[in-house]
Amino acid sequence: MRLFRLLWVFLRVGVMGEAAYPANFLAHLIDSVLELATALAGLALIFAHTSTLAGWRPDELVALVGVYFLVGGVIGLVIQPGMEQLTESVRDGTLDFTLTKPEDAQLLVSVWRVEIWKVVDVGLGLVVLGIGLARLGARVGAAEAAAFAAALVAGGIIVYSFWLILATTAFWLVRVENILVIFQSVYEAGRWPVSIYPGWLRFALTFLVPVAFAITVPAQALAGRLTWPVLGGAALLAAVFFLAARLFWLAGIRHYSGASS
Amino acid sequence: MRGLGDLYLQQLKTGLATMLQYRGSLVIWLIGNVLEPLIYLVVWSTVSRSTGGTVGGYGARDFAAYYIVLMLVNQVTFSWVMYEFDYRIREGTFSADLLHPLHPIHADIAENLSSKAVSLPFMIAAAAGLSVVFHPVFRLSPLAAAAFVPALVLAFLVRFLVDWTVALAAFWTTRVSAINQIHYMAVLFFSGQIAPLAVLPRPLQVAANILPFRWTVGFPVELLLGRVTGPRILAGFAVQGAWLLAGALLVRYVWRASVKRYSAVGA
Repeated sequence: MRLFRLLWVFLRVGVMGEAAYPANFLAHLIDSVLELATALAGLALIFAHTSTLAGWRPDELVALVGVYFLVGGVIGLVIQPGMEQLTESVRDGTLDFTLTKPEDAQLLVSVWRVEIWKVVDVGLGLVVLGIGLARLGARVGAAEAAAFAAALVAGGIIVYSFWLILATTAFWLVRVENILVIFQSVYEAGRWPVSIYPGWLRFALTFLVPVAFAITVPAQALAGRLTWPVLGGAALLAAVFFLAARLFWLAGIRHYSGASS
Repeated sequence: MRGLGDLYLQQLKTGLATMLQYRGSLVIWLIGNVLEPLIYLVVWSTVSRSTGGTVGGYGARDFAAYYIVLMLVNQVTFSWVMYEFDYRIREGTFSADLLHPLHPIHADIAENLSSKAVSLPFMIAAAAGLSVVFHPVFRLSPLAAAAFVPALVLAFLVRFLVDWTVALAAFWTTRVSAINQIHYMAVLFFSGQIAPLAVLPRPLQVAANILPFRWTVGFPVELLLGRVTGPRILAGFAVQGAWLLAGALLVRYVWRASVKRYSAVGA
């Protein structure tokens, strides 16, 4: 798999780049722990006033926060830095060099930057997920675990495709660095089960900016509330999103005029 | 003073021109600013409905009113100067600004105001849209409305001075994202964004009264909604005034100390 070979190379480069800033790593650790503490404090604040939130019990929401950090960590580790670099390269024209490389350009821009310290988020997400699972106990069996893994992969593909589509708009809009702001806000909406939102917003979070599939659906699988049609729908949507992102990317490349022309 | 007035006018003009040039970015940015208060609105309305009554004195429709007003107040008072400073110092673009005869904070305030002038109509439209969806209850009194305006102006100034001081950390360390994150979280909890302060546990409420953040967002919002009344209005203005003074002093002295540390690429 060329994807994993390339990813491994860029991950090693990322480690080497960040190893020069050990204090920075510590700062980011503090950063992530604070963010996690904020999320859990928010839950504590809410469950001080109520016992369930739209049918979700506290332990299930803790597991959901774990998924939120895990998926967010993967996005922050490789997807987001690569896409930001892409929009910058389109703006200043350095994408020229990438396009002349023999490797597929979409594959390259998807893995060419890593924020290595984001593995902290992945790790923290796994820990929180583990705690949530331990407290949910025997209710999570092999079927739930398998459904969870499948939902997580489908959600990951959907989110990646969404990012690529957003970043590809840079070929037309040029200055799109604020994409970070929109995605972070929209991603934050996923820290809560999408069922609490009013219908129009739930629709938007499911199909327009599909954080529902990345976070709520896998968490539902763990809580044993995921039905097979929803999982099938997630897989289908992942395929559709991936294809759409690929086609949009190709259109963007055709539209790109480069720095020197 | 004439020089200062000219600078503001010119910055406003160029700022407006720049903002209108990049309309796509503006829309994306506005979506983010609407969505964050919307999330907390929905969460807290859900909580208050599931308890079948009120939380901290707020019913579902009170939360709607609170967060719709908060969205507008936050839009008016917030700044992104921390993120800008990081870039300025790292890339050395600040060298030219340092040669200007006027303090650089003026250019930043003018730029901030011009972008607000462009975005505010959209935010008001968004607030109107949310009002249709969530049926907020507003109990407006003329006194509260009158006191709201100076409270909002003070909130803007205090927040800008505090943000600007935090932004100066970029002079001392080249990677400031952790500092910005801590600052962001302090704002989230203590300004009344994660929940109205009345919903927070008592010790956090006490801390919020001392720290500047409540006075930059939560206070004007609660004032307009009639949740701060009588002598507490005057007390609030007093704290805002104290933080304005403290902020001005902070900017003055931290700025002097920071500039001495400046070493740009090519300087």
